[in-house]
Amino acid sequence: MSQLLDVKGLEASYGPTKVLHGLDFSLEQGGVTTILGANGAGKTTTLRAISGMVTRKGAIQLEGAELTTLQTADITRKGIAHVPEGRGTFVRMSAEDNLRLGAYSRSDKAGIAEDVERVYGYFPILKQRRNQQAGTLSGGEAQMLAVGRALMLRPRLLLLDEPSFGLAPLIVQELFEILKRINVEEGVSMLLVEQNASLALELADHAYLLETGNIVISGTSESILENETVRRSYLGY
Amino acid sequence: MDLFLQQLLTGLANGAIYACLALAVVMIYQAIDHFNFAQGEMAMFSTYICWAMIAGGVPYWIAFFATIIISFVGGLAIERIIFKPLHNAPVLSHIVVFIGLVAIFNSFAGAIWDHNIKTFPSPFPDGSFGGLIGLHEVGMFFVTLLLLLAIFCFFRFTRVGMAMQAAAANPDSAGLVGIRVGWMLALGWGLAAAIGAVAGMMIAPIVFLEPNMMLGILLYGFAAAIVGGISSPGGAVAGGFLVGIIENMAGTYIPAIGSELKLTVALILIVTVLLFKPNGLFGKTIVTRV
Repeated sequence: MSQLLDVKGLEASYGPTKVLHGLDFSLEQGGVTTILGANGAGKTTTLRAISGMVTRKGAIQLEGAELTTLQTADITRKGIAHVPEGRGTFVRMSAEDNLRLGAYSRSDKAGIAEDVERVYGYFPILKQRRNQQAGTLSGGEAQMLAVGRALMLRPRLLLLDEPSFGLAPLIVQELFEILKRINVEEGVSMLLVEQNASLALELADHAYLLETGNIVISGTSESILENETVRRSYLGY
Repeated sequence: MDLFLQQLLTGLANGAIYACLALAVVMIYQAIDHFNFAQGEMAMFSTYICWAMIAGGVPYWIAFFATIIISFVGGLAIERIIFKPLHNAPVLSHIVVFIGLVAIFNSFAGAIWDHNIKTFPSPFPDGSFGGLIGLHEVGMFFVTLLLLLAIFCFFRFTRVGMAMQAAAANPDSAGLVGIRVGWMLALGWGLAAAIGAVAGMMIAPIVFLEPNMMLGILLYGFAAAIVGGISSPGGAVAGGFLVGIIENMAGTYIPAIGSELKLTVALILIVTVLLFKPNGLFGKTIVTRV
């Protein structure tokens, strides 16, 4: 498989505090990669650095095109959809308006209408809630809306920041099954950040382990699952 | 009864002034999530530009629309030049800049066009409607409603209007769906300046043109926006008329208030509404589950 995203020497900081200390990693076309790590390891910051939401240095290339010089909106327009931590839906707008805003950078009206229906196909509950204020949705519904909004971009790469956060186990299972389907059926590559390591490794084919801003272990999901350190610290058995 | 009707119509006429300015206040609030204290002075400056053009022989309507365009560009420029570098600065810094803008516009208007009170022409015919309300006030009433309709359609039905609301409510997420947030802010400033210009040009024939014409009126404009609901253009217009009527009635029927303490009425309204109905009478209550 060829490389979709290639990251070299990525550093990121919030004001004077450096959070990422030179990460090197790459994502394969059509693959699902996960970044594991404890609280404060820099997982969210890595995603925010790719989307240009934090001061960063180094090289991030999407199929050879440099992203570090671009603003968030323009990175999005290259086909990178980011489902942010805390979902980030537009709470005052209806669910359907949220989806339509997801397609803001597109101008093919017919395609957008088609994609709204496609999202409703993945998440039928959103169709029932289409006219409801997004702020009134349950946690699971809001997360589905956030993923649906990201899909409206017809992304090549989906960045997912803790999609399981605060959701009931059954809802999490349903959500991850749908993510798997999206990956297989539409060939959308994914970069998944999760605290729930076993859940993430189930979906992902590659994994990186992040500790205080450095990548300490990387490999296929199978090899990571067998790794002693990971098992003890992150899987707990 | 005659006195009551007279006062009601005068209240409505004043209300039209406040409603017009409240629309500009709401517009900028939708875009930047703050009040713009310089809104009134910007509108005053725009009105002077129109006056200068008319004095130079330009026909009224050409000057009117030219002023709207100039104000739009001016508002856009203020955001790009002054506020863009302050993007991450705390709210207080923004407020200091607002106050600075008030001083700048006020003194420049005085320096360029002097402080003498000037008459400003009305586009509507002279005379009155049954001797109760001037035709200019009636015309202004309809201009305000027309503006309201335009703003409503802009936010509800256009892609850019939706994007502007999104950028104001959640800038991070707006960027993540491909909205260029900085330009949305600039656009909000431009539109607010343009609406303010219309308000100024409608108000000037009544209060006359001078650098301080907006000082008191802007307070009423804020009161109108808060009473109606700062998130709702329709509420702001309704709030404008309400404030106008209440202020007039209080001045007439409560001797202790008279015409001297009318401004206090506006302030009492602001405080009362904020205490008991912080979203305004017509504002949407924002429901968020956590």
